Amino acid sequence: MLFTGPTRTIISEIDEFLNKVSEAGLIFLPAIEDYLKRDFQAFDVRLHQIQMLEAEADTKSHAVENQMYARSLIPENRGDVLGLLESTDNVIDTIKATLMLFSQEHPDIPEAMHNGFLELAEACSLGADALVSAERSFFRDVRAVQDLAHKVFFYEREADRISDSLKRLIFQSDLELAKKIHLRHFATNVEEVSDAAENAAQRLSIYAIKRMV
Amino acid sequence: MELLLYLSSGLFLGWSLGANNAANVFGPAVGTRMIRFRNAALISSIFVVIGATVSGAGAAHTLGSLGAVNALAGSFTVALSAALTVLWMTRHNLPVSTSQAIVGAIIGWNIYSNSITNTQSLSKIVSTWVVCPILSAAFAMILYVLMREFVLRMKLHLLHLDNLTRIGLILVGAFGSYSLGANNIANVMGVFVTANPFSDKVIAGISVTGAQQLFFLGALAIGVGVFTYSERVMKTVGGGLLKLTPLAAFVVVLAQSLVLFLFASERLETFLASHGLPTIPLVPVSSSQAVVGAVLGIGLLKRGAGIRYKVMGEISLGWISSPILAGVISFLLLFFVDNVFQKQVSRQEYFRCGPDVIQELKARGIEDEGLLELESRTFKNPVRMRETVKSLTSLGDAQLHEVIQLSRLGDYQIKASGVRKLYDDGWLSDQQRDALLRLKDNKYKYGWILLRDLAAESAAWRLRADTVENKLWNKSLQEKYRMLLLTFDTSANRSP
Repeated sequence: MLFTGPTRTIISEIDEFLNKVSEAGLIFLPAIEDYLKRDFQAFDVRLHQIQMLEAEADTKSHAVENQMYARSLIPENRGDVLGLLESTDNVIDTIKATLMLFSQEHPDIPEAMHNGFLELAEACSLGADALVSAERSFFRDVRAVQDLAHKVFFYEREADRISDSLKRLIFQSDLELAKKIHLRHFATNVEEVSDAAENAAQRLSIYAIKRMV
Repeated sequence: MELLLYLSSGLFLGWSLGANNAANVFGPAVGTRMIRFRNAALISSIFVVIGATVSGAGAAHTLGSLGAVNALAGSFTVALSAALTVLWMTRHNLPVSTSQAIVGAIIGWNIYSNSITNTQSLSKIVSTWVVCPILSAAFAMILYVLMREFVLRMKLHLLHLDNLTRIGLILVGAFGSYSLGANNIANVMGVFVTANPFSDKVIAGISVTGAQQLFFLGALAIGVGVFTYSERVMKTVGGGLLKLTPLAAFVVVLAQSLVLFLFASERLETFLASHGLPTIPLVPVSSSQAVVGAVLGIGLLKRGAGIRYKVMGEISLGWISSPILAGVISFLLLFFVDNVFQKQVSRQEYFRCGPDVIQELKARGIEDEGLLELESRTFKNPVRMRETVKSLTSLGDAQLHEVIQLSRLGDYQIKASGVRKLYDDGWLSDQQRDALLRLKDNKYKYGWILLRDLAAESAAWRLRADTVENKLWNKSLQEKYRMLLLTFDTSANRSP
């Protein structure tokens, strides 16, 4: 009676949405690994998984949005929560878009740069995972949000640093300029995943402060 | 027909009460959009009706403040003035205390009819403006800090917290509405109890007294007021003064209810005293002042950020101006009703400090040579009598008050039909009824002699020692005394 059915459903939908984002973050790194190993079949399977997760996450976030408006739930925080879901959805969208680019453009990445791309993808994947943990705290333990959001900021700075060295490595190489530009474009795209996570974490920090006041 | 017209001003007062005071219980919930206005209005109306019909018809406070006005046209005008004042304040979205508007209107009647105004009621109003918001703000601050800590520690999901807050707001709101109906219906309809046009009925096997039907009608008027006009005041309380969070909204209504319960509940005082526990001093409180105080308390906790001082100033001005405005409107309307419609707005009363009174005063320890000079004089005006007694004697204010009260002349006769009606309406216990019947057909010039004879007949009519435990008994008995004297006074317009 106290925790009515619809509320439970929405809570579980939010949890499932976050699970999708977390899974996508976790798949991102092995997908890049598969690509670099030129195991394109495995890469396509990962990409397909991400596409499914992205579609499911979209469905969940729309369902949450509709339910919240229909039942006038959390009027005070509704805008914040929906904004948060939207910016988190952006992370999974960016992951999908980046992998799609790999699939469409097939960049030729020299072995000397593999490590750089892997490190960058790892920082992005960890950032996305930290974001999901921070968001779960926002709903249950708002005091822990700042600590977890801090991790997201940390991984974003790491991604910045790695991307910077990777781009320098690219332009110091003997590759053709067109290839250099192509690779830089990919470094930037991978890095965008951590930027999207940072953007969501910034919103989250502000909403958490609002809830603490 | 005339009675229905008179009843209309009571209904109008009920309507304005609903339009204004329901905001105190559901304003924060509606202002924070936690409960939709329509749902709040529905819950509020249902519980107001239950409170008024079930609990409000008890003997303890049925007559209400307007019982002091001794002519029906006077009550009509006083109720109309209070209702107009509350309507005016509601139009300006300001939460005001309906009972203070009524007291203001009664003071207007006192001045018009040359009756004595109890200075206590004035100081009570002023102290409510100051003490009640401070108490309520302190409660809200403490509760908010505790509640926030509790919520953070419990690590409830945001949506579960939302759910619980909503349930809390509905429960406290429903309880608040029940109390609103129970405590205020007397002010709306109490004055018509003695001239009640409804007779007792049995509806679906349940017997419903005339008083209950009357109160049900008044409660419906309150409910209609809630539905039709309370939304704007609700929004002032729930968001105009300070933007509240849902948790703060819950704290506001809880702090308000607690302040009313702890500092105004005589039942709690009696309960504590009868269990040998220390009692909490009772102070005059009002839900309108309490709710605004609680909102301010939350604002102060956030170091005053977000408090709209302009709205606060308007609310405070509304508190001060509502009794004054009600008094002025009442005086003017009484003049109008009295002189233009030629309706009697106050009953002529006569006062004589005869030998019986002097003897009784002596028994009560009030003795003064000067009183003997009054023996043969009859006064038409209590204010003038008080001045005369003051000039002839060296009695203090409280003693003067007692002299006037005992000197009030009447024409009392206990009739079996009246006893039966009172008994049926639930005013009398079996012993009280039997004692009254033993004095059947006796005639009395002074009300206090009737009451003295009754007390001699049965312990059920005797005031008890003035202790905290006996406070409720004595209060209820005094209310019954008022009702008896109203019921058995056989002359509408007495002459000595």
